[in-house]
Amino acid sequence: MTERTLRGRTAIVGIGETTYYRHGQSPDAEFKLALIAIVNACKDAGIDPHDIDGFASYGNDRSDAGRLAAALGVKELRFSNMFWGGGGGGVCGAVGNAAAAVATGMADCVVAFRSLAQGQFARYGRGTGAPLVAGDDQFIIPYGVMSPAQRFAMKVTRFMHDHGIRQEALRAISLACYHHAQNNPNAVMRGRPLDEAKYDASRWIIEPFFHLFDCCQENDGAAAVIVVPADRARDFPHKPAWLLACAQGCDHRSAAPAHNMPNYPSSHFRQIGPRLYDMAKLTPADMGIVQCYENFTGGVLMSLVEHGLVRAEEANEVLVKENLLAPGGNMPLNTSGGNLAECYMHGLELVNEAVRQIRGTAINQVKRNDAAIVIGGPMVTPVSSLILGSEAVL
Amino acid sequence: MSGLYLPEGLPAPNTGDALTAPYWEAARVGKLRIQKCRGCGAWQWGPEWICHRCHSFDLAWEDVAGQGRIYSYQRPHHPVHPALNGHGPYIAVLVELPHAGNVRMVGNLLGDPRQAVQIGAAVEAVFEHHERADSPFTLVQWRVV
Repeated sequence: MTERTLRGRTAIVGIGETTYYRHGQSPDAEFKLALIAIVNACKDAGIDPHDIDGFASYGNDRSDAGRLAAALGVKELRFSNMFWGGGGGGVCGAVGNAAAAVATGMADCVVAFRSLAQGQFARYGRGTGAPLVAGDDQFIIPYGVMSPAQRFAMKVTRFMHDHGIRQEALRAISLACYHHAQNNPNAVMRGRPLDEAKYDASRWIIEPFFHLFDCCQENDGAAAVIVVPADRARDFPHKPAWLLACAQGCDHRSAAPAHNMPNYPSSHFRQIGPRLYDMAKLTPADMGIVQCYENFTGGVLMSLVEHGLVRAEEANEVLVKENLLAPGGNMPLNTSGGNLAECYMHGLELVNEAVRQIRGTAINQVKRNDAAIVIGGPMVTPVSSLILGSEAVL
Repeated sequence: MSGLYLPEGLPAPNTGDALTAPYWEAARVGKLRIQKCRGCGAWQWGPEWICHRCHSFDLAWEDVAGQGRIYSYQRPHHPVHPALNGHGPYIAVLVELPHAGNVRMVGNLLGDPRQAVQIGAAVEAVFEHHERADSPFTLVQWRVV
């Protein structure tokens, strides 16, 4: 019987993105941003946009597949798919869903994308304007627990408490992202370097662990990747970035209402990380590149731990800036600046950067570039992660 | 002064929801009521239509002692709702209820918003009545014992 796996069945052969903007600064409508990113990904791959036959997204993207297919003149739409859940939990899952469609013959050339104009639409960092709240929110929002940061902060508080992890570990994550952004012409925070003193002096969003620089930006932009089957993957201008594994879902009952998930101080990846490596047939030590979604640095910390990249007990020693920098660090993290300092493109900018690293064309290029892990938005439900690799690890 | 921990104008709970109304009705009369399965005895919070353990739909409500301990906390500074503009920091706590299978409830920790908060500290429930709301309701709040 054929092994049931996505390993090596598909590859990313095109990546595209728009100019990235601060929220509200995009001159273009959200739907146009999606089209620009997709057309750019097609150019990168040398593909005619008419030949796209599927779209996969996440986070309730408003640029729906049917409209995109019509606007682009797609000849035949064979696959359209939305990953459940808010935020960037689904970024890697959307790529995985595109790959699953391609691997099983449902479609031949699927785009996974995200488009977001927080200026045109509501901002993520604000509370609800509704006078009445229902569902889970009725037990949380009346107490002033409203924004994403507030919904997640108590997970971080407890995790730091349980393992004795200090603020400096979170600071190192933020410093690494800002450091990498300084070389990246498309990074929104280029020209705004961050050091220890500036981080320490930044205002509290939430005590005890969320300084301003522990929190992602809010941005406008779009990004896209193109997924094709293995038998075509070598027919494009760039080295293929092979999809070696995707895993998605959540821990047991991690969406239990009113903060009652059994494993509370968690990024919700505890059961996903092992499954990811099993499919990739690789280990955490093989990951030369780590792209980990920063909604908040505390989420990065827990994601790294739950993917076996850092042990909680050694986080204070391992999570120091030098270890996280390209090209010299042991674990180069978010090498284009990530959500914190490149663009909060709901994590799709992390996938694009992983592809550039595997191709060897990144601005902050790492040397050990055969395998990259991309970890989607932690602490939401469901979450997802992805391992991409070069021909050498296929 | 409203006598409320947070300023008026924040979203209010929809207390008319069939699934959650028994909780809100109990809070109005100063009782802490949590969902419990008649099939297997599992405590469950927030309420669900089904028991996650034995899949019984026969779910009851039981009054429990308003005693808990702080499992985690946060002190938000940045206001994300117009009602909180200029208000300053406040404390939200996640409280475990040892008398109800260690289910957890979100609330505010009453008292000085700048007080030090200890994970594990014993707290007791305080019923905060919102009489001026369009549809009056009561929030369960917490204070250190």
